[in-house]
Amino acid sequence: MTKTWNNKAWFFVLPVLALVAFNALIPLMTVVNYSVQESFGGNVFFFEGTKWYSQVLNSERFRAALGRQLIFTFTILAIEVPLGVLIALCMPRRGVWVSVCLVLMALPLLIPWNVVGAIWNIFALPDLGLLGRVLNGIGFDYNFTRQAGDAWFTLIVMDVWHWTSLVVLLAYAGLISIPDAYYQAAKIDGASRWAVFRHIQLPKMKRVLTIAILLRFMDSFMIYTEPFVLTGGGPGNSTTVLSIDLVKIALGQFDLGQAAAMSIIYFLIVLVFSWVFYTVMMRNEGEGQS
Amino acid sequence: MSSGIGETQGQAVPARSGRRRPQHQRHSLTWLVPTLYILFLMLPIYWLLNMSFKPTNEILGSFSLYPQNFTLDNYRRIFTDPVWYWGYINSLTYVVMNMLLSVCVALPAAYAFSRYRFLGDKHLFFWLLTNRMAPPAIFALPFIQLYSSVGLFDTHIAVALAHCLFNIPLAVWILEGFMSGVPKEVDETAYIDGYSFPRFFTKIFMPLIASGIGVTAFFCFMFSWVELLLAKSLTSVGARPIASVMTRTSSISGYELGMLAAAGVLTIIPGALVIYFVRNYIARGFALGRV
Repeated sequence: MTKTWNNKAWFFVLPVLALVAFNALIPLMTVVNYSVQESFGGNVFFFEGTKWYSQVLNSERFRAALGRQLIFTFTILAIEVPLGVLIALCMPRRGVWVSVCLVLMALPLLIPWNVVGAIWNIFALPDLGLLGRVLNGIGFDYNFTRQAGDAWFTLIVMDVWHWTSLVVLLAYAGLISIPDAYYQAAKIDGASRWAVFRHIQLPKMKRVLTIAILLRFMDSFMIYTEPFVLTGGGPGNSTTVLSIDLVKIALGQFDLGQAAAMSIIYFLIVLVFSWVFYTVMMRNEGEGQS
Repeated sequence: MSSGIGETQGQAVPARSGRRRPQHQRHSLTWLVPTLYILFLMLPIYWLLNMSFKPTNEILGSFSLYPQNFTLDNYRRIFTDPVWYWGYINSLTYVVMNMLLSVCVALPAAYAFSRYRFLGDKHLFFWLLTNRMAPPAIFALPFIQLYSSVGLFDTHIAVALAHCLFNIPLAVWILEGFMSGVPKEVDETAYIDGYSFPRFFTKIFMPLIASGIGVTAFFCFMFSWVELLLAKSLTSVGARPIASVMTRTSSISGYELGMLAAAGVLTIIPGALVIYFVRNYIARGFALGRV
């Protein structure tokens, strides 16, 4: 669609701008402010330059948390995206079962995040939970509050449980927008199942899948509540991802400078990744329209 | 919400064409995959339900796949304790406030983005999205200070406003997708017919994107309802959300698993209701109008 050039459109954007600026710019400037200052007793400040930044970047703790965060994010992306696509491909296209499937699948998405943590906590308890009982029953020594490996396993299964449906719904939306004529043409050509997927379904899903990856990346990178409720970052620090560490420093230790510098670095990392995804996505969209 | 949402689904799912299914759906076992997946989704929820109907001593004393001494005590305690049920009222209050606010301000902005080019529009759009990308953990502390300094700390408005941080960008993004699907000729014809902009927008344009507005409201509801970190940080007693009541209970009184489970079940219900209302638009809705 060709758009007209009209600067008066700014007036339409003003309310959004005012609200978001109040919510984003002021707090962000506060954070920037803290990140370059040293505080004494909470109300005397003086300029410190980049001390906090170098301290954070050099700290073993930050690197470890960032490492755990990256492992977590890429693991769940590697599981959820292919799994979601597979499930979407196997879903019925029409009939009563479609609604049933969609409603049931969307359910985890609308459960408050702390309840998701609580559900899995109850489900995975080694002595009281179904999962814990079953795993211990078949011979695993499973205890997610004691063993780091088990905590990680539970965390990842929980995230797959919570968010795969988002990928399914997006991929499914892409699939149902493909006209039947495409499949009939493929059938006439004698195309294999794989060829149909590779040359018809995958290209049609490309745009929604980019959205899925973008959303899953952003949200998994800022995950806080679920691991906090499930494991509290433990055992030890084994599941302390970036947000949990940040809240520990900011609200637990009240270490303003360090927390602020960490916030900025954290935000910049998310921003860079997301910008790359976003640019790729917008380029796809441009191709789709022309 | 459910009326007037009819058009979009019609084109996506054409009328049933008998048994002429495409070749690739021939495999008879394909139904197994979604079924197993849904089973996997339902198991933890079943366990939660199971726990919520058990008395505490049964939970701690024995292991059973279904409640043997079926009880509604856990639910009764929630509905009679003001701390608990006010938690639900508080949560729903700020969620609905946030939903209305986000949709109302996002509508004109999304219209501007979908119809006009203006100075800095692309940068502005990306800047809005960056707020969706900002980890709430970053904002927890500055938000407490900001809302305390304007005297809004521990009010529903504070949480509703704070959740605008990520809901408005999302609302603009979704609405823009839906609005771009409406041909521009519709606008031009209306102006030629003598409609003023406000009348055109409310009488013609909004009904056309009714499904988009519904989906947007759904998303705002969803993300505000599930968020805990900011809601918890910005409230203490007066506007404490249910999520916060739950975490406090689990930490103070140790093993009140039955209560916790019952409270969890009750938090799932509003979400389930909302999903039921938008069930026909859910797939397209999650694609943010961009299929």
